[in-house]
Amino acid sequence: MKARDVLLNPIIGDNPVTRQVLGICSALAITNSLRNALVMGLALTAVLVTANVTISLLRRHLPASVRLLVQMTIIASAVIVADEFLRAYAPEISRTLSVFVGLIVTNCIVLGRTESFALRYNPALAALDGLGNGLGYSLVLVIVAVIRELLGSGSLLGVSLLPLVADGGWFQPIALLLLPPSAFFVIAGLIWLVRSRRPEQVEQPEVREITLTRMERR
Amino acid sequence: MRFATAQPPQWPSPSGVPGMMRIVILALLPAILVSAWFYGPGVFFNIIVAVIAALGTEAIALRLRQKPVAATLGDGSALVAALLFAFSLPPLCPWWVTASGTVFAIGLVKHAYGGLGYNLFNPAMAGYVLVLVSFPDLMTGWPAPDIGDIDYQRPGFGATLQYCLTGRFPDALTLDAIARATTLDRVREGLGAMRTMDEIRMNPVFGDFGGAGWEWINNFVAMGGGALLLLGIIRWHIPAGVLGGLLGMASFVWLLDPEISPSPGFHLFSGGAMLGAFFIATDPVSSPTTARGRLIYGAGIGILTYVIRTWGSYADGIAFAVLLMNMTVPLIERWTRPRIYGRSA
Repeated sequence: MKARDVLLNPIIGDNPVTRQVLGICSALAITNSLRNALVMGLALTAVLVTANVTISLLRRHLPASVRLLVQMTIIASAVIVADEFLRAYAPEISRTLSVFVGLIVTNCIVLGRTESFALRYNPALAALDGLGNGLGYSLVLVIVAVIRELLGSGSLLGVSLLPLVADGGWFQPIALLLLPPSAFFVIAGLIWLVRSRRPEQVEQPEVREITLTRMERR
Repeated sequence: MRFATAQPPQWPSPSGVPGMMRIVILALLPAILVSAWFYGPGVFFNIIVAVIAALGTEAIALRLRQKPVAATLGDGSALVAALLFAFSLPPLCPWWVTASGTVFAIGLVKHAYGGLGYNLFNPAMAGYVLVLVSFPDLMTGWPAPDIGDIDYQRPGFGATLQYCLTGRFPDALTLDAIARATTLDRVREGLGAMRTMDEIRMNPVFGDFGGAGWEWINNFVAMGGGALLLLGIIRWHIPAGVLGGLLGMASFVWLLDPEISPSPGFHLFSGGAMLGAFFIATDPVSSPTTARGRLIYGAGIGILTYVIRTWGSYADGIAFAVLLMNMTVPLIERWTRPRIYGRSA
């Protein structure tokens, strides 16, 4: 396993959001502004690297029967630290992100990586894996947030780029994009784009289409 | 012995999709003319924009999907979706609102799911919901209907055209000065302000049943729907389900307390009730195939429409109700699957 692959694969090839369709809940909830997406991406990356490294260090001492319990405890501790850090140094952002920082605990990406990667590989690789997956997640979040904030409120990072009709400009903001469900459309579009570029990512259909022969059709 | 044959596949239609769509368009035409009579030329502008956008999107989508363009473009299905979508829009509506809804309806809701015959959702209603949720301020462009002694400012041909093309009225005219609350809006706000139905209905915009103009449009839509029934384009189950569901809910609540609930007649002849029952819910692609399934599907739309109108946050609920029930169609189909002859359940 090459270190470079571990770091770069999760960014597009095996992206946790567009390929594995994990972490969708937070991607819907906080991507209405770019600032929230950046902070959330950073928080998740920090938690993921910490948890991955810690669990990788413990991997030879963990009995299989309690491993989930231990992993969850470690992840929860890392999340609490991240949450407290945000509350102390960025109280405003912490308020807008509200429960979603705390909910990193339940983000499938974190437990998925510790369970499938950190338990098997050494801490250095685990750190790279955490970093790569965190960046892959952040990348998707940032793309979705740029689209939603720009078209939903005509601004980026709070700086007005498209003058709104309400302020005498020309741009009519698309209110739908401020609602969480709109992220479904944007993420689906993103997955569509990635998979049409990389057809090897397309999953096989679960139900096979039956083609009738001419005789059977009669 | 009685052999119950179910739906169309056993009964080939001589005219095919193009013939069917042509009849649907003809059946809708009187209602469109009546709507334009009451609400002015904006109705036609919406239709022109929607039709151009729909045919353009359809052609581009077919090209991208490497399908024959001319044959599918000529079958009229995009035309019907565009007409139904444009008909549900407010008569004063900037062109890009109409166009973006149409592009979404045809490009994503229809073609991304596999084109005609494969779409899960009704394209016209999905497009309508998109623009309704995205541009709530611009979806209020209903002028007062041109009927009776309702005395309000109405924009002329030029002003309507200019608004459609630029989103602005000439002179000092604004949308707020022209747009009036629809009757459904009035009932919502009136009841919210603890007034009784009798007080709310004092306003001249109310007619015998629904809104003064709207009840006539609904009448003509219902007549068009009747024509479709007689010609065998649609079957009675879905309209009966929708109207029955709406009527049942409305009557029940109305009988409990007629002071503060709109009458069942008001519900049937307001907003998009008739259009939904006869033209939209009956879309053969996004509705169930068995008779029982269609009754359930229709009743679901009727009940949900009442629920959204009464307790939801939007004035009319037809579009949302249709989309919600579209989602349940695979389940309904599974539930109402006919027993295969010679086998138990």
